[in-house]
Amino acid sequence: MRRYEPILALVLAAAMITAAIMAPWLRFVLTIALAKGIAVVGILLLLRAGQVSFGHALYVAFGAYVVAFLAPRLNDAVLLLAAAAVGAGILGLLIGLFVTRYRQIFFGMLNLAMSMVFYSLLEKLYHITHGSDGIRVEVMPVAGQALDRVAYEWSIFGIALALAFTVGLLVRLYLSSPMGEALAGIKTRETRLEFMGVPARGVLLSAYVMSAMLGGIGGAIIAMTSRHVTPLLAYWTSSGELVFIAILGGAGGVLGPFLGAAAFELVRIYAAASFADAWQLILGSVLLLVILFAPGGLWGMAARLLGKGGTR
Amino acid sequence: MTEVLLQATGLRLAFGGVKAADNIDLGVMKGEFLAIIGPNGAGKTTFINMSTGYLRPNAGEITYEGRRITGMSPRAIVKLGIARSFQLPQLFIEHTVEQNIALAVASRDGIWSPLAPLMRPRYRDEARDLLARFGLSAIADTRADALNEGARKLADIAMAVALKPRLLLMDEPTSGVAASEKMAIVETLVNVLRDAKVTAVFVEHDMDVVERFADRVAVWSQGRIAALGPPDQVLNDPAVLRDVIGIERHA
Amino acid sequence: MAEWFQDNGLLLGLALLDGLSSAGLIFLVAVGLNLVFGVLRIINVAHGSLYAIGAYSAASIGIFLSGLGLPDWAAVPTLILSAALVGAILGPLIERFLLRRIYAQEEVVQLLVTFALFMILEDVQKLIWGVQPIHHDTAMRALGTIDVPFGADFIPFTNYQLFVLPGIAIVTLVGLALFLRRTLTGRVIVAVTTDREAASAMGIDAAKIFLLTFTFGAMLAALGGALSSPTAALVPGIGAQTIVLSFAVVATAGLGQIEGAALTSLMMGLGRSIAVYFEPELEVVVPYIIMVLVLLVRPQGLFGVIETRRV
Repeated sequence: MRRYEPILALVLAAAMITAAIMAPWLRFVLTIALAKGIAVVGILLLLRAGQVSFGHALYVAFGAYVVAFLAPRLNDAVLLLAAAAVGAGILGLLIGLFVTRYRQIFFGMLNLAMSMVFYSLLEKLYHITHGSDGIRVEVMPVAGQALDRVAYEWSIFGIALALAFTVGLLVRLYLSSPMGEALAGIKTRETRLEFMGVPARGVLLSAYVMSAMLGGIGGAIIAMTSRHVTPLLAYWTSSGELVFIAILGGAGGVLGPFLGAAAFELVRIYAAASFADAWQLILGSVLLLVILFAPGGLWGMAARLLGKGGTR
Repeated sequence: MTEVLLQATGLRLAFGGVKAADNIDLGVMKGEFLAIIGPNGAGKTTFINMSTGYLRPNAGEITYEGRRITGMSPRAIVKLGIARSFQLPQLFIEHTVEQNIALAVASRDGIWSPLAPLMRPRYRDEARDLLARFGLSAIADTRADALNEGARKLADIAMAVALKPRLLLMDEPTSGVAASEKMAIVETLVNVLRDAKVTAVFVEHDMDVVERFADRVAVWSQGRIAALGPPDQVLNDPAVLRDVIGIERHA
Repeated sequence: MAEWFQDNGLLLGLALLDGLSSAGLIFLVAVGLNLVFGVLRIINVAHGSLYAIGAYSAASIGIFLSGLGLPDWAAVPTLILSAALVGAILGPLIERFLLRRIYAQEEVVQLLVTFALFMILEDVQKLIWGVQPIHHDTAMRALGTIDVPFGADFIPFTNYQLFVLPGIAIVTLVGLALFLRRTLTGRVIVAVTTDREAASAMGIDAAKIFLLTFTFGAMLAALGGALSSPTAALVPGIGAQTIVLSFAVVATAGLGQIEGAALTSLMMGLGRSIAVYFEPELEVVVPYIIMVLVLLVRPQGLFGVIETRRV
């Protein structure tokens, strides 16, 4: 299955580009999907270590607000993306130093707590954040080029796609490296790692910082695409969504998050358009069906279709 | 055989009222195979746990090559050249046996290379070579949670050996291994360790294994060392037979 | 200091009274979540939905019965009965048809199943009760108010919030403690919570205990919601707010600890209401600050026990 990953990635990318050309609204949806996919790769890293962060929307929201706040001063998409990644990485390091001391429910809930603190600050500090009204983000130059709206949207889509590829490739290498395999060792036998001279907490912390950076990048792209940021980005249900996408896609390969994110966004758009009052109900039902009847998620289904089994 | 590698002095540790170590003095000589025998709950595993930094003694100290290691973390102690295996094998159960060993091999270099694969030729070859020496080549690609008890035990020890320790502490290496294959497995193990010039301490319940492979035997009873010496001497001591082995042979 | 009290004493008094009543509600919800987590080892995200449905159902039933001429004094018992009804219907349904299928699954999958259930129930709730605020406070009005002496002053406060809410919370705490310690079923629940493997080795009928515990937890969630319904207007989103607070209580209290849940609820209830009166910006943040501080000092939670691994 792993061998097919690059080919599948190219097929998926080609499908996305085709869809984006055919329907401008799909371009918007798919850019968001790519952004969320990048953030969900971060969730995937932590899942590798057996840990569920139920507060990762913190980093997505942080990246988005970095764009919203800095856009007037640092008016370029490329620079803002870098700033969001670095900023989220530093925040991830600070919080990670604390939360990586904990495992399981405590890890999950402390992440949740951090994200809710951030959410509350965004809501309450109205004079800085405009509370739940949020902040508008204007069309900005990309790599020094001033663009009209359509060209801008294409650029962000292209950047998202390129970043998705880069992230996917690097994380794929990382996961089969000694560091990545040690990360997986945290899930099964953390004690053994210590008795091999491997600092388990350091391994988890580095993965945590990476996942925070991925969240920040995803959030920055979301801000540049939806061009409006609100505290809702940090609410715990948004964090739940990220984990949702990870499981929907299947935690097997790095392609899973992107498959999951695309499916998630499309179902959401379709459900919201057809049943405005019941889109959550439909998404929830889809998730239940996937978990109960398609363990391994979309990635697992793809694996079975290709007849190669094995999601590892 | 006279140089002391590991020395415990005045070691004390109690859990609640139970004394697992009650003023223990014990030296491990370079190159020897030291067996620790004694009833369950006497404190044998506790000694391994204290020597590897998992538990801290209430009093006393342990030195390794003249350097005090009490109070050091398991990680730091491993770096000094002390490895251990476990009574309940501690394998990465979602990885294959070969990956388990390769990860142990890689951990000698630190595992901080994020982009080159774990299964690079250098690590893989060394892992395969080690598995061959342990007679485990056939299960190299088996996931660790699918192994039988004997294989898990050996793989667990192989992981410790992959760390290239100078001192290896093994907690009941033969428990759970089928009686019919026990001697062959220990034979293999001892050969690997001799080739690698590893000093070994092993907690053991099987007196035949002890008799055949140990250079010295320490009898651990109620937190104290009741006897210490060559196997033929200790295992024929009437007091030891009555108090320790007698109990065990009927248990 | 004395001057500060002169100026803010009344406010502080009000904050303490408010805090006490909200602590009672938080406790009811969180202790249910904690029990379920202790026994099933599933963090039930939909616990907040049960709270919300309990609240809405109690309001609807109350409004319906008032229309039939139910006397005002019966309003409080009606709240309690509605909650029991909601828990008794939804609890077994959810446990039987959903949770039972996933006990063997990974933790993250279990978490997500309840998250999916939460999403579904959020919309179901909106479809049934709409998005307009619903308010039915007969239970609170019927019991009147009392002037609570505070220094030289009096603080007018509703009897419902002062006595009924903390009262029911205390009765629940004591009842639960007795139930868990004195009855066989209770001891089995404690055994499963503290050492699952040993408990299953003893041949405990896990299916029955799981069903019982979950249903009971669902009732407690619904009870929290029902009792909160007279004190505030019901709007979409109350379930989401409640569950996230309950999470904080459970993590702070420690696995399966009911006394821990009580103390934590008290700290968070008081902390929050003091914030409401003095630093409103901090209201939502206070519980998490408490949680982080507690876990810094006691990584296993306030009353949690460190599980040492045998190697």
